[in-house]
Order: sequence, then C-alpha cells, then structure tokens
Amino acid sequence: MAVSVQPSRVWRYRWRRSDVDQALAGYLFILPALVELFVFLLGPIVYAFVVSFKHFSYLDPLDAHFIGLTNYIHLFQDPVFLRALWNTTVYALVVVPVQTALALFLAVVVNRIRGKTVFRVIYYLPSITSTVGVAVIFGFLFQPNGLLNRLLFLTLHIQGPDYFNSPVFALPAIMVVAIWTTAGQFMIIYLAALQDIPTELYEAAAIDGAQGWQTLLSVTVPMLKRTTFLVMVLGMIGAFQVFDLVYVISGNSSLPQQDTMTVVLDLFEKGFRTMQMGYASAMGFVLFAIILLLTLIQQLFLGREDS
Amino acid sequence: MAIHERGTKWRRARIGLYVVATAYALVSLLPFIWSLYTSLKPTSEVFQLLVPWHTLTVSSYASILHDFPFARWFVNSLVVAVIVTVGNLVVNTFAGYAFARLKFPLRGFLFYLFLGIMMIPGQVVLVPIYIILVNLGWINSYAGLTIPFLLSSTMVFLSRQFFLGIPKELEEAARIDGVGHWGMFFRIMLPLSKPLLAAQTILTFQGNWNSFLWPLLIGQTTSMYTLPVGLNSFYGQYNAYWNSVMAGMLLLTVPMMIIFVIFQRQFVQGVASAGLKG
Repeated sequence: MAVSVQPSRVWRYRWRRSDVDQALAGYLFILPALVELFVFLLGPIVYAFVVSFKHFSYLDPLDAHFIGLTNYIHLFQDPVFLRALWNTTVYALVVVPVQTALALFLAVVVNRIRGKTVFRVIYYLPSITSTVGVAVIFGFLFQPNGLLNRLLFLTLHIQGPDYFNSPVFALPAIMVVAIWTTAGQFMIIYLAALQDIPTELYEAAAIDGAQGWQTLLSVTVPMLKRTTFLVMVLGMIGAFQVFDLVYVISGNSSLPQQDTMTVVLDLFEKGFRTMQMGYASAMGFVLFAIILLLTLIQQLFLGREDS
Repeated sequence: MAIHERGTKWRRARIGLYVVATAYALVSLLPFIWSLYTSLKPTSEVFQLLVPWHTLTVSSYASILHDFPFARWFVNSLVVAVIVTVGNLVVNTFAGYAFARLKFPLRGFLFYLFLGIMMIPGQVVLVPIYIILVNLGWINSYAGLTIPFLLSSTMVFLSRQFFLGIPKELEEAARIDGVGHWGMFFRIMLPLSKPLLAAQTILTFQGNWNSFLWPLLIGQTTSMYTLPVGLNSFYGQYNAYWNSVMAGMLLLTVPMMIIFVIFQRQFVQGVASAGLKG
C-alpha cells in the first residue's frame, strides 16, 4: 500500500503542470472559434434581442427608444407578415412531405440498380447548384412560351399559364422548383441510411413471402423511420428560411410582392428597404421560435425513440 | 416454374426501375441542358425550340465577359469562397479537436453553447451584423464578405465527432515519445483527418460559392458583387437576353458541377454524415 502512494503523488504533481499546459492549449485551439462566436453570433443575438423591443431605424439612430412588446404585437396584426407566415407555412407543408417522399423513392430505386453512382451524381446536381442559378433556369423554362408550356401544348394540347406572374400559380411553381432542388440532397441521406439496414431483415421478409412493395412497406420504411424524421425536420427548418428563390423570382415578377412573400423576404425588406430594424429583429425571433419548436419536436421524438 | 415466374417478374421489375431512374435523371438534367442550349442560341431565336446547328454561337459568353463585369464577379466569388473555406477549416477543426481531446475548464459549457447556437437561424443576426460591419467600415469589402463567416457550429460538431473516433492509444504512444499538444494535432491528428477535411472543404466551399443573402447585403457596388448577386442584378436588367442570362448562370454553376463530379464521393460522405449525425 505504502509503496503505491508515493508514485501516485509524483504522478499527480506531474499531471497538474500538464493540466495547465493542456488547458492553455485547449483555449488556444478554441480561441478563433470563440472570437467568431462572441463577435459575430452571441453578441449580435443579444443586440438583436434588445433591438427587437425598440423602435429603431438605422437611418435615424438617435430616435431609437424602447417600446416594449409593440413590435411583436404589431407583427401579428401586420397583414404583410401574416401573409408571409401563411405563405411560408403552406410552402413548408407542401414542399417537405413531397420532397421527402421523392427522396425516399429515388433512393430506393437507385439502391437496387447498377450505375448507382451515375444516378446519384445526376440527382444531386440540382442540390449543388446556386439557388439564384436555379431561379434563373426556371424563370426561363416557366415562361408563357417556355419549354414547359411548349411541351404541354405539343403533348397534351394544354395552354399553360405564365407561372411566375400568375397569382394562382406563382407559389406552387416556386414549390416545384424547391422540390426539384432539394430532393437529391435528401436522397443522399436516405441512400446512406439504406446501407445500414441489415440484409438479414430482407432475407427474413423474403422467407415470410414478402415481395417488392411489401418488403418496402414492412422492412424499408419502418427501418428508415428515424431518417425520415430527421429529413422532415431538416426540410422544415430549411423551408421556413426560404429566401433566395423567392427573392429572385418575385423580384422579376409583375405580381404584388405579397403573393409570394415569405418570412425571411419580409424580414429583409423591413430591415433593409424600409429600415425598420427593430421590427425586422422581432421578426427574426419569431422565426427562431418556430425553428426552435421544430427542433424540440425532433429531439422529443428521437429522444423517446432512443430510450 | 414458380422460380422461373419470379425470375421474369424480377427482370420486369428491374427494367421498370431503370425506366423510372432514367426518367428522373432527365428531369434532373434537362433544365441544365436546355439552359446550355439557350446560351448558344442567337438572342432573337431563344424562344425557338430548335435552331439550325450552324446558327449556334458563343457570342453571349463573349458579351457577358467583355461588356459586363462577370469576370470580376467570378474572381470575387472565388477569392471570398477560398478565404472562407480556409478560415473555416482552421477555426472549426481546431475547436473540434480541443472539444474532443483536450481538457480545459468550462469545456462542457462552451460545447453546449456551440451546440445551442446551431439552432439559431442566421437571419436573426442580419440586422446587428450589418450594423457591426458598417461601424467597422467593412461594408462593401472582402473583409465584410469573409470574416463574419469563418465559424460553422455544425462543422465544429462534426470535427469533434471525428476526433473522438481516433483511438486513444495512438495519442498515448505519441505522448510517451514526447510529442506536445501542437505536435499532437499537426503531426498525429491532422494526417489522419483527411476525410474530415475533404468533406468540410467541399461543403463549406459549396455553401459559400452559392451564398446569396449575405453578399447581397454586404456587396453594395457592382465591383464587390459575388457571382450570385451579379447574376441576379444582370437578370433583373437584361432578362430579354436569355442567352446571356444563361451564359452567366452557367459561369456560376458549371465550376461547382465540375468540383462535384470530381469529388462526388467526399460530397456524398459529407452530406450523409452531416445529415445523419447532425
């Protein structure tokens, strides 16, 4: 006993010095990240939170004063914001399930055939493309006399609308473009998850007489439940932040902006066109609350699944 | 007979799969091919479905590069994306390593701080960062386009996960050989983290190359536009010249596609790991 005490004391002393060294090294390694975090994230978030309770315009900073919850209350009486919230919600509720289903479908199809890599590359191309580029591409394809309408006329003799200038079709057309853009990205996540399903499960299902669709519904879909949930939440978070696509498309449309207004577009307009920066900050926190809620729902469900 | 029946059925199903896969490949590719074709048509013919081969011309490319600052925007995009990517590699990998392998006071707290930040949408800080940049005099500058964007909490998290996966024995052996903390990172850990660095490089570069909202806010004169911002402004003014608009669009998208096709394995691994673990 006595023998083992001595070396451990020396050991402990040596460790103390190296503990300090290690702590120093640790702080040096996270220093750049900490500076970025405090200067460009935490600080601004606190600032934005304070400003969201103020009347504040960058044009007239001296006129800034606290107005309590007025910005937040005003938001929910503002027809433009309510329209933006409505549009964004509809957009999310359509885009997310459709792109998820499409991603799963493509992953299952591609997983079963040769040339997986080639198809994977092709399907993923829209996802790596700049959204501004995508908006431009579809701005042309969806012209009244663009490729889509020409094909519709040639094959079905239907005269298609002027999609992005039609109050009925503009938002759905934007949704189609969004789905086209993101389906490939979520397909990749599904493909990776598909590789983790043990082949024994498929063999067992085959022995039980399951075929094709039955296997898909009884093995694949349930085994991918976790991934599906993740893909839906990631999709929702992305959908609520939609900006680039609507900015470019609505900027080149003759429609009143309200028709395709989304939350972040409204935030951008209020913050930097009309310079109502307190109001825009309040909008940012409403968006944050929505996203936080979605994330918490995800944690709640996945957490329960784990335990 | 049952086996034979299953065989033909399976073969038919497989043909069906190929048909479906090819059909969606067309949906995926046709918009790009059509845009390329449009960029080569003369301005007056852009709405003709098909034009004679000999009328195809690259004059729209000459026009955007010669008469409009697309070359400048391209260089801006490249400079900004390279700086942001290199910066992110350093900042995130360092932090991820420290959180995974070094003990220091408040480590747990700081890590949860980074995790918590991940949930906050960037748009929340749009107004304050704009004001900070105005006060620093960084609006309309490379500093403004790069320095606020050198941290990605997601990448810090992924780096930490990666370093946690490297066996402890390796570290202990090196420590016995007298390797210090810096040596440990640069000589032992870094050479092992090529997959991490590759995925991070590609995802960060792609994200920044395509970034629109921030550069739209920060780049205020034509000379400081990045390609997406420049394309948007060109599109707004010259949307009758669809061939030139498409040429500009391809200048923006084709470099990314080339990088993607070359590094598609790293892309896919990166997206899958960011998606599955994130």
